[in-house]
Amino acid sequence: MEMKTTIIDANGFERTLTRLAHEILERNKGADSIAVVGIRTRGEYLARRLVAKIKMIEHRPIEMGVLDITLYRDDLRDMLQQPILKGTEIAFDVTGKDIILVDDVLYTGRTVRAALDELIDLGRPATIQLAVMADRGHRELPIKADFVGKNIPTTDREEVRVLMKETDGEDAIILASPKGGA
Amino acid sequence: MGLTGKHLLGLDGVSADDITQILDTADSFREVLERPIKKVPTLQGKTIVNLFFESSTRTRISFELAERRLSADVVNFSADASSVRKGETLKDTARNLEVMKIDMVVIRHAAAGAPHFLSRVLDAAVINAGDGAHEHPTQALLDMYTLRERLGKLKGVRVCIVGDISHSRVALSNIHGLRTMGAQVAVCGPATLIPRGLEELGVTVHTRIEEAIEASDVLNVLRIQLERQSGGLFPSLREYREFFAVTRDRLRRAGREILIMHPGPINRNVELSADVADAPDSVILQQVLNGVAVRMAILYLLGTRSS
Repeated sequence: MEMKTTIIDANGFERTLTRLAHEILERNKGADSIAVVGIRTRGEYLARRLVAKIKMIEHRPIEMGVLDITLYRDDLRDMLQQPILKGTEIAFDVTGKDIILVDDVLYTGRTVRAALDELIDLGRPATIQLAVMADRGHRELPIKADFVGKNIPTTDREEVRVLMKETDGEDAIILASPKGGA
Repeated sequence: MGLTGKHLLGLDGVSADDITQILDTADSFREVLERPIKKVPTLQGKTIVNLFFESSTRTRISFELAERRLSADVVNFSADASSVRKGETLKDTARNLEVMKIDMVVIRHAAAGAPHFLSRVLDAAVINAGDGAHEHPTQALLDMYTLRERLGKLKGVRVCIVGDISHSRVALSNIHGLRTMGAQVAVCGPATLIPRGLEELGVTVHTRIEEAIEASDVLNVLRIQLERQSGGLFPSLREYREFFAVTRDRLRRAGREILIMHPGPINRNVELSADVADAPDSVILQQVLNGVAVRMAILYLLGTRSS
């Protein structure tokens, strides 16, 4: 049994996305050099939403891609169920661009490490910057996010879940902890 | 997810779900083959042996490329320069390799059942790259992938395999795989080269190429082998061509586009006329490219199973 606490509700979610979009544009001085790449699965939907917001703010389209990091994971052999490959779709050249990598939750950092390796196999980006909705701590690799929706310190037994309309029917960030205390 | 079995020994008895999973996974690997760095680290540290007791250029190269693009360590064994000449049995050859801790074996052998035998004797995952006249599952899978890519589906597609059916492992694997996926399968060739009882597998038999062309959306044309001629199974290559070659004229009579496939290597102007081989409705080169992606998919699915 688990206890769920809503850290950010649907309105807060929207505002956070707006703030992230503005931060990204501020750091990169506009949208000229950036391209957004979402890490499947939820990172893809977040990326789409960010791209839509940036479009509204800057009145110009920006490139978007989707990364499936399954082939670059460091733990394939240990998984009980083989993950389904959905594929990477990046139709533009990453070389020279400032890539904004997007994912829902930053935890150990291993997913991002895999994403970095894959991106660099695709070309030579000018920079890779990381945007996440939630950072729950417990990094196992020296990875940090450049843009964070919410910092949510957690214990090992807790879980941070980013829910999205596209996959879960609602927008929220929740903290799930096993009943009986963390 | 993952495939049902630990090995890929044939398509007989392989479920539609497994076949679909292989084809879907191959899509991701096609994308990898379009990148500037056509390599992923997925099978790093895994050792794969290509045990080719029968010589083969294209299948072995295709497998080798697939293995290297997955970052696996590859060892090639070809029957000529080896202990087989000294009389070593298959079992001992395999045992020796296993003791050196290999993870997967890709085997092509003249004896039907050799891969099945290996799968009982080895711990490693075994992939059949052609066993005698029995099965050649990876070829059939790449054929189905190519069809699905070109036509958008497999169900209900009318495929006719043309040529020496009785000696063809490509034909048998295709028959099993296509039937499982709901395609309609027919064969066409001289009666001497068509095994009896195919109708029991749900396959229609045509003895005239014109008939086959009329009734098909796709022709998978097999290479006719000279050795069969000297065995008295047909009088001459010229006569074979006269009656069974897929030519532009014959195709034109169908009045619609018919997809032309061939596992290679082509005997130009024997089973296929040159203009047909090179035309836009021929997906022959596409098959070769897809072959690497499909083999990568199989190696990935079998190679990353949890122990």
